[in-house]
Amino acid sequence: MSDNQSGTTRNAVEAVWRVESARLIGGLVRLVRDVGLAEDLAQEALIAAIEHWPQSGIPDNPGAWLMTTAKNRARDQLRRGQMMERKHGSLEEAAGWAPAGAPSVEEALDDDVGDDLLRLILIACHPLLSTEARAALTLRLLGGLTTDEIARAFLVPEPTIAQRIVRAKRTLGEARVPFEVPRGEELSGRLPSVLEVIYLIFNEGYAATRGDSWMRTELCDDAIRLGRILAELLPNEAEVHGLVALMELQASRSRARMGPSGEPVLLLDQDRTRWDQLLIRRGLAALTRAEDLSRPLGPYTLQAAIAACHARARQSEETDWPRIVALYDGLVELTQSPVVELNRAVAVAMAFGPAAGLELVDALSDEPTLEGYHLLPAVRGDLLFKLQRFKAAQKAFEEAAALTNNAREKSLLQTRALTCQHALSERESRS
Amino acid sequence: MRVMVMVKASKNSEAGVMPSEKLLSDMGKFNEQLVKAGVMLAGEGLQPSVKGKRVRFANGKKTIVDGPFAETKELVAGFWIWQVKSLDEAIEWVRRCPDPMPGEESEIEVRPVFEAEDFGEEFTPELRARDEKMRQEIERQETQRQHKA
Repeated sequence: MSDNQSGTTRNAVEAVWRVESARLIGGLVRLVRDVGLAEDLAQEALIAAIEHWPQSGIPDNPGAWLMTTAKNRARDQLRRGQMMERKHGSLEEAAGWAPAGAPSVEEALDDDVGDDLLRLILIACHPLLSTEARAALTLRLLGGLTTDEIARAFLVPEPTIAQRIVRAKRTLGEARVPFEVPRGEELSGRLPSVLEVIYLIFNEGYAATRGDSWMRTELCDDAIRLGRILAELLPNEAEVHGLVALMELQASRSRARMGPSGEPVLLLDQDRTRWDQLLIRRGLAALTRAEDLSRPLGPYTLQAAIAACHARARQSEETDWPRIVALYDGLVELTQSPVVELNRAVAVAMAFGPAAGLELVDALSDEPTLEGYHLLPAVRGDLLFKLQRFKAAQKAFEEAAALTNNAREKSLLQTRALTCQHALSERESRS
Repeated sequence: MRVMVMVKASKNSEAGVMPSEKLLSDMGKFNEQLVKAGVMLAGEGLQPSVKGKRVRFANGKKTIVDGPFAETKELVAGFWIWQVKSLDEAIEWVRRCPDPMPGEESEIEVRPVFEAEDFGEEFTPELRARDEKMRQEIERQETQRQHKA
């Protein structure tokens, strides 16, 4: 076999892995009740595939092949007593299926694949783990990413991610987290930690400020894909659809977010013809599903509804600002976050004029959590400028410029301060 | 990456022969798998070319041509838009697709959609749109709040 051919097979094996790994690991977790062991077995099956498939060709049912191979490895390990090292209460249970009366491979694969995946997601996003650990484990177990790919995506050294994953698995093992998939309210209670991780992965890509841009885009795609998978697993959970809607709608603007020379383009200045209509349509559909399922709306659905107001407006002048204000009212109530209140103030200014917005911004000036937050004076400066209170606006912009460490943002704010100064001297020369 | 996956036409599809019940149900299952894997963005089946028209552009002139069109194997009978990690992943999914034209020879073609060059550069801004920044900040605060809770 030529190098080229074996390279082709290698790529094909990786593609199979991408498609099958989550189901495979999910199925194995159900059988051996140990995430670490399940992943080791799946990895061994992958290595076997890399060894065998270049000669034998890719089997018709590669998922079943991998599962059979992984189970055989488990049985071998069991015979050699290696698994005894794993002092796990469920070991005997895990052993039970292996020698006699083993469920057929097809059964293992098809027997509620959905539950297997859901179990895997809930374990990977277990509240016991830090958010970073959850994100790494989720990408690894559900997204089929290698440790190296995750490290590159998060711009941290590979050993850091490897450590994070090892420690996370150990934590899960030591805590003996239950492997039953929770139902009803218990399940709903676990959802926020899952949604948080998916949105964190998305934002890590979407709000990327540094590093390899290509890999970061992939991170957005990974997050949206995870969200779509979750939405199929839990079709009746409103906030899952809300999160999917939010991500699809935000991603729909990706192409318009940056100008030709790399400068960022603010939402209201974006060329809306460059927005991705396919993603907008999907986002709006997901939002409708979320809204149909829940009253009152949850935080992700509310944010998606706000994004939808922008998506629906063909020109920025057509934006339904009063509706955005109403949605922010709901979001403020839910989150109690001063940053959300600041956002609301911006929307109020757009809907009812800068004076109304300024009143709200000023009310936030003593808010301790916003201390040192440059966008507070930046927004204030913008509103003061619109009210032609140039002197106060200049001061606000200067304050904002001093607070940000981002060079481009700093220079933008300094320019705006200068503009105020010019407007001021122009006015003085006229009077 | 995004790919367009095109099911090419066959004699039967061009003759308007409807797919068998078995094929419809197999295709339904396949589509369900695609949706559950978060891969499928869109997909449609197309009517035979006899129902279609073409506009030919030549020498500054536009001529409308009525179907059917001759080159059956080059015609598209249906398409999907998929979001995948790689072309190889797309091929792996195509391998799982039921034979779309049973009893006939047919092809499925996979073509990557242009997007990287529009898309890639976007993700290196040093300054972000204000609303994005705030949204991120909301998220950060949310996270902190949940950690405290």
